[in-house]
Amino acid sequence: MLEARNIMKTFNKGTVNEKQALRGVNLTLNDGDFVTVIGGNGAGKSTFLNAIAGVWPIDEGQIMIEGKDITRLPEHKRAAFLGRVFQDPMTGTAATMGIEENLALAFRRGARRTLKAGITNTERALYEDKLSKLGLGLQSRMTSKVGLLSGGQRQALTLLMATLKQPKLLLLDEHTAALDPKTARKVLDLTQEIVNERHLTALMVTHNMKDAIQIGNRLIMMHEGRIIYDVAGEEKKALHVEDLLRKFEEASGEKFANDRMMLAK
Amino acid sequence: MISLINALPGAVAQGLIWGIMAIGVYITYRILDIADLTVDGSLCTGGAVCIMLMLSGQNVWVAMFGALLAGMVSGLATGILHTFMGIPAILAGILTQLGLYSINLKTMGKANQAINVDKYDLLVSLRFIKNVPIFKNTILLVAVIIVVLIAVLYWFFGTELGCSLRATGCNDKMARAQGINTDFCRVLGLMISNGLVALSGALLCQYQGFADINMGRGAIVIGLAAVIIGEAIFGKIFRNFGLRLLGVAFGSIVYYLVLQLVIWMGIDTDLLKLLSAAVVAVFLAIPTWKSRYFSKVG
Repeated sequence: MLEARNIMKTFNKGTVNEKQALRGVNLTLNDGDFVTVIGGNGAGKSTFLNAIAGVWPIDEGQIMIEGKDITRLPEHKRAAFLGRVFQDPMTGTAATMGIEENLALAFRRGARRTLKAGITNTERALYEDKLSKLGLGLQSRMTSKVGLLSGGQRQALTLLMATLKQPKLLLLDEHTAALDPKTARKVLDLTQEIVNERHLTALMVTHNMKDAIQIGNRLIMMHEGRIIYDVAGEEKKALHVEDLLRKFEEASGEKFANDRMMLAK
Repeated sequence: MISLINALPGAVAQGLIWGIMAIGVYITYRILDIADLTVDGSLCTGGAVCIMLMLSGQNVWVAMFGALLAGMVSGLATGILHTFMGIPAILAGILTQLGLYSINLKTMGKANQAINVDKYDLLVSLRFIKNVPIFKNTILLVAVIIVVLIAVLYWFFGTELGCSLRATGCNDKMARAQGINTDFCRVLGLMISNGLVALSGALLCQYQGFADINMGRGAIVIGLAAVIIGEAIFGKIFRNFGLRLLGVAFGSIVYYLVLQLVIWMGIDTDLLKLLSAAVVAVFLAIPTWKSRYFSKVG
């Protein structure tokens, strides 16, 4: 599915702000892998997801999706393979456009934008059905501007948009971090439901170690731009938060220092 | 008072013609979220191309089409400066505008080119406002052109391509994540906008009977004024996209009516541009002031 080889990225090269964000990341995902990604602040989790999405070109390495080399493809072309949900609920949707218009944009991900109608009535029926499955009552507000929705509603909508066209890989970049605990739980449940139902391959960055252990079939831990721990299957299920903390200390040789993560255990 | 009333139809006609430009400004300023200063140059480009084509014996429609194309090429230039060359949009517009000054001069051969309404078959003119057959009436003709343009734009912004333009202006990160080529959309939007602006210039030069190298000076301010006035007056009732565009055209008319009123009241016309700039500055400041000094919480 995804093959990332030796990915390197340094920001602000040659300045005082130089930051080696990725120092040789290697990862191979199998079809249907649902991988949670954890790590301290500045570990390179989001940077790694952005590298896959093509937000900027990487310095070294290669990224393949289903055997196709996408290393040099611009962001909007890679979008054909990727579904993305961001940390900030504002990022994933167009606030001044209607709910159905946002869905229509997502429905055309990977297709050429032509002079055909931007949204058709057949689509509307499909969207109504999909929205009602979210259980948020959005199906009756299809023409409402997305800017009127709450953060949780927007994340749920973004999730729906990211998976409306079957993505080869779903990238979830701390997509519940900006939500209140109850809403976060709902969006997380929804995520699991969609991923399982559609047999998606997904990478999910999270700060919550418990979630990272419970959700998905595989877990990777990043530190200083590298993957330092990769565990799957039964071994992963048997993990405890304490194990992860110990692993982190072993691999990095330092105490785990991330308040957000400590609180989340 | 009589002189004011006599001047009103002319003000309406001018307002309508500038309204086309204002719709162009709306596309960049409101839809793409770019303040595009190219318009100060491309308005004159439209006028220059139109008048030179007509003087060389071309049909008025051919001349106006030529102006439209020339305007789109100016938009393309700004678009390439902005996207491919990574220059901030405002600066990209200023660069194109400056370059266009020379191009406009070369197009016209001198700073001012006149066209005689009696010798050439003009579509609009300040002479065609009163005492002409209805189908020749400038106000009616320009109004029809605006309605047609709005209909075309309404259709376009409802298409897949038009929707991706709106998404680009609203949230380009989201647009790219949904597979939209945001650079392409920006360039296309700038082209459409400046095409309209040049078309407005083509009508304006016919209307006043000449094209002048300075005819576009401050055009962006007039365009913004029309957009803001249109939204302030009609924003509450005109929710539909097509009606919003119509509101912008009305805004332009209101602008010219007010201008006419101020002139009638005897203001020194040298001060008009200062007045326009001040009025637009205040209106642009209103959203900031509202949130800073009049928020309900404080």
